[in-house]
Amino acid sequence: MSKKINLTIDGINVSVDPGTTILDAARKLNIHIPTLCYHEDLCVAGNCRVCVVEQENSRTLPASCATPAAEGMVIHTNSGKVRVARKHIVELLLSEHNADCTKCYKNGNCELQSLASQMLTGDHMFLDLVPDKHYTIDMFNSAIVKDDSRCIRCQRCVRTCEELQSVSALSVAYRGNNMKISTFFEHPLFEVVCTNCGQCVNRCPTGALIERNYVDQVWDAIYDPAKHVVVQTAPAVRIALGEALGMPPGMIVTGKMVTSLKRLGFDAVLDTDFTADLTIIEEGYELVERLKRALVDKDPEVALPMATSCSPAWIKFLEHTYPDLLPNLSTCKSPQQMFGALVKTYYAQKKKLDPKNLVSVSIMPCTAKKFEADRPEMRSSGYKDVDYVLTTRELAIMITQAGMEFDKLPESHFDNIMGMSTGAAVIFGTTGGVMEAAIRTVYEVVTGREVPFESLNITPVRGTEGEVREASLLITGTKPEFKFLEGVELKCVVANGLAYAKKVMQNVKDGNANYHFIEIMACPGGCLGGGGQPIPTNKEIRAKRTQAIYEEDLGMPLRKSHDNPEVQELYRDFLIKPLGHKSHELLHTHYTPRKRY
Amino acid sequence: MSESKLKRVDLIFGEYSNTKYKVLADTLKRRNEDILEDLMESGLKGRGGAGFPTAMKWKLAADAPSDTKYVICNADEGEPGTFKDREILSRVPRKVFSGMAICGKVIGAQKGYIYLRSEYKFLLPELTRELEMFHEHIGKMGFDFPIEIKLGSGAYICGEESALFESMEGFRGEPRNKPPYPTTHGFMGKPTVINNVETFVNVVMIMRLGPVQFKLLGTTDSRGSKVFSVSGDTPIPGIYELELGMPLDRFVEEFGDGDTKAVQVGGASGFCVPRKKFKDTIIGFEGVPTGGSMMLFNSSRSMYNVLHNYLDFFEEESCGQCTPCRVGCQQLRKGIVAVKKGDKKAGYLDQLLKLSESMKITAKCGLGQSVANSFSSIVNNFKEEMIY
Repeated sequence: MSKKINLTIDGINVSVDPGTTILDAARKLNIHIPTLCYHEDLCVAGNCRVCVVEQENSRTLPASCATPAAEGMVIHTNSGKVRVARKHIVELLLSEHNADCTKCYKNGNCELQSLASQMLTGDHMFLDLVPDKHYTIDMFNSAIVKDDSRCIRCQRCVRTCEELQSVSALSVAYRGNNMKISTFFEHPLFEVVCTNCGQCVNRCPTGALIERNYVDQVWDAIYDPAKHVVVQTAPAVRIALGEALGMPPGMIVTGKMVTSLKRLGFDAVLDTDFTADLTIIEEGYELVERLKRALVDKDPEVALPMATSCSPAWIKFLEHTYPDLLPNLSTCKSPQQMFGALVKTYYAQKKKLDPKNLVSVSIMPCTAKKFEADRPEMRSSGYKDVDYVLTTRELAIMITQAGMEFDKLPESHFDNIMGMSTGAAVIFGTTGGVMEAAIRTVYEVVTGREVPFESLNITPVRGTEGEVREASLLITGTKPEFKFLEGVELKCVVANGLAYAKKVMQNVKDGNANYHFIEIMACPGGCLGGGGQPIPTNKEIRAKRTQAIYEEDLGMPLRKSHDNPEVQELYRDFLIKPLGHKSHELLHTHYTPRKRY
Repeated sequence: MSESKLKRVDLIFGEYSNTKYKVLADTLKRRNEDILEDLMESGLKGRGGAGFPTAMKWKLAADAPSDTKYVICNADEGEPGTFKDREILSRVPRKVFSGMAICGKVIGAQKGYIYLRSEYKFLLPELTRELEMFHEHIGKMGFDFPIEIKLGSGAYICGEESALFESMEGFRGEPRNKPPYPTTHGFMGKPTVINNVETFVNVVMIMRLGPVQFKLLGTTDSRGSKVFSVSGDTPIPGIYELELGMPLDRFVEEFGDGDTKAVQVGGASGFCVPRKKFKDTIIGFEGVPTGGSMMLFNSSRSMYNVLHNYLDFFEEESCGQCTPCRVGCQQLRKGIVAVKKGDKKAGYLDQLLKLSESMKITAKCGLGQSVANSFSSIVNNFKEEMIY
């Protein structure tokens, strides 16, 4: 333990570890210095200067987020000098910003706006620079709208894209008065390497980067008496939605969410978890099939390791970055798209509905799902399989619009069919979850026994943020038809965040990896940290959501995908068997190699 | 007239030594502590404008624990009205290389770089030739110290040391947060000494003449001489090496055209001194410091135009990352235009002066911090020209 550093902040003495910033030291004392460009998940930029403080015997006011505490420092966070400077800075930001708040999607959830109200701005200290700027809006993308007129150039998005996702679709262009956040040659987002992950959207302090919202379209569908509107909800929504409606992080609100959706007027409230279970069956069999081709048939064409395919940002990332590794992706559609394809076929049949009158809506923790639903290959029902994708945030808007007091809602159950699920599906929402769910099923299919882990908790694959987690499982005592897997050590790897995905795939590409199965989630922490989740999202909040997901899993009566009776029924009545003809038609897909530029 | 002439100095451009690279060869034989002690004794301060004591900078880098260290010569001479480094590099490049090598020895660096502004590309062939010879000579002295030239791409901000590192590393030229400082985390994150071209030459001359003789020039706070780039309304523009610590009125007497109303000392980021203050202004670290730029303006010049021109420059040359500099520069320029046009009342200038003070204490780097120098000195001294 190295020596503590002693300093004084606003007259209070505090001791901190070396390397602690003034900002963090102040937070220890419950003194909250305002920030804008600072974000817990990202490296320090120190460029907005909102967090400046006064340091005795210093000519300048240091940015507290970027300045490490030093022995004997005397800091004032709220001196006259600081207040004037801080107000100047916020006024400057406002002068460059299209502060048309009532027309902004982020009205009410904007960090600049709350700072402005805190500083009592509004006396028009400086000239309005906006009319002279030729700001552009990029709204040609399925998922993300980028409005430069609302940008305050804090570069959170740039750092997110580069550090967390290693995508670098967004970067800084030009300098001085013309400095802006842009893309490769200023192409619209849909023409560049952007994966639509929405991590930038989640971190944008203003309305410069927002999801393309479909709230009104969904209301229209609900109001249309000719339409039967079906909604599915992703696993990670039920543990985060409460946050967007005034509840603390980590609350499981599944029952309230279902009630709210019913009250919003959806004709059927179903569950993406159902198709998450289905994904496990299809993907599990696909893995076993690939292993058989490799081990028994010695087929040189078989692509191993096999990688999960439920994260659409991850898929687009691979299409751009490692197009030659696309055969390694499981051909399974994501649970959202399996659901969409089944709603307009199987569900319509069972419920005796004309698929043309069906509107399928999904609630996702994700922005990339909007892009996924718009992919041309996602029309295997003969219609657009998923018509509208709403983020967790958009659902919260609808609930608020409808005047519901969310935390006081009673709980209710999903409708059927396609509303039943297991704990294995719930954990799709966290990193390592698909891997764990798949192993629970594959191991049992192959050996006839449950996985050898207490309470089915396969903790070795439970990934954490900021690491690539490797694990292996020895398969013994196989059933006769799976004899080829006897003694095989199944090697798995789990990564979350595209920067870590890149590390794994580079290893695979270089031939340095002997994995069988790879799980990748594009967002830090998995879907629970998705780009469509409530703002703010940070490490602490993600940890609480993770805890909630595992709690929800443990509380489910069924915890293995193949035990889902509705899935069993689906195979019996409709699909016949895993990887069968119908499955290939509806549940599997192909991918598109894309260029880097 | 002739007796009032300022003393010309011939230190920078003067003879290096009778035999090639003799000062370097002799210095390389000395102990690092002795070299540092001489530098300390000489009182040499950085010649880029900020005036950080050179010996202290070198000591900090020498004490920084690392196997890899760098010496960088900042030849990104971009301050408006400064053109002395170009002259130094074309006339006495060997002194520059020698100074860098001495620094390399003292701090334990393996490599030196010259960051040359792209507009000086024409110097490259000659410098490359000279470098080849230098490498040959230093090789014979048994000291391995390669120097490489890196070209800038035309951004003023890349003269700021940490932006310069970023540029050299292949990134956008944006200043870093400080601390940490270059002496511990510089180029490639390694301890680095970065000095102005002229500073390295001064080092060589201190090594040659000894600190005692060096100290005969200048004043207590501003030791030695300085190469000045004299421009503007003067009959004799050009490069002059003069003692530091001279009063501005004597300078104007010699270089002015008889009608000098103001001198901009230190370029666009420096201070504007009006006629009435010439007598009380000392050019040096105790008065108005300068990286060498001296621009004279006579009464035909509109100080409003001068200021507008500077602000135009800053508005464009700001890297754009920090709020006070990026938006502040735009507000200051548009603000004076608005006052001039009558769109804003004269009192708005006070608002802008306060803003410039905020920029001075909150901007991330020296660029944004120094905009207030010219802004407040011009606005305060020539207010009527701003309004009418």
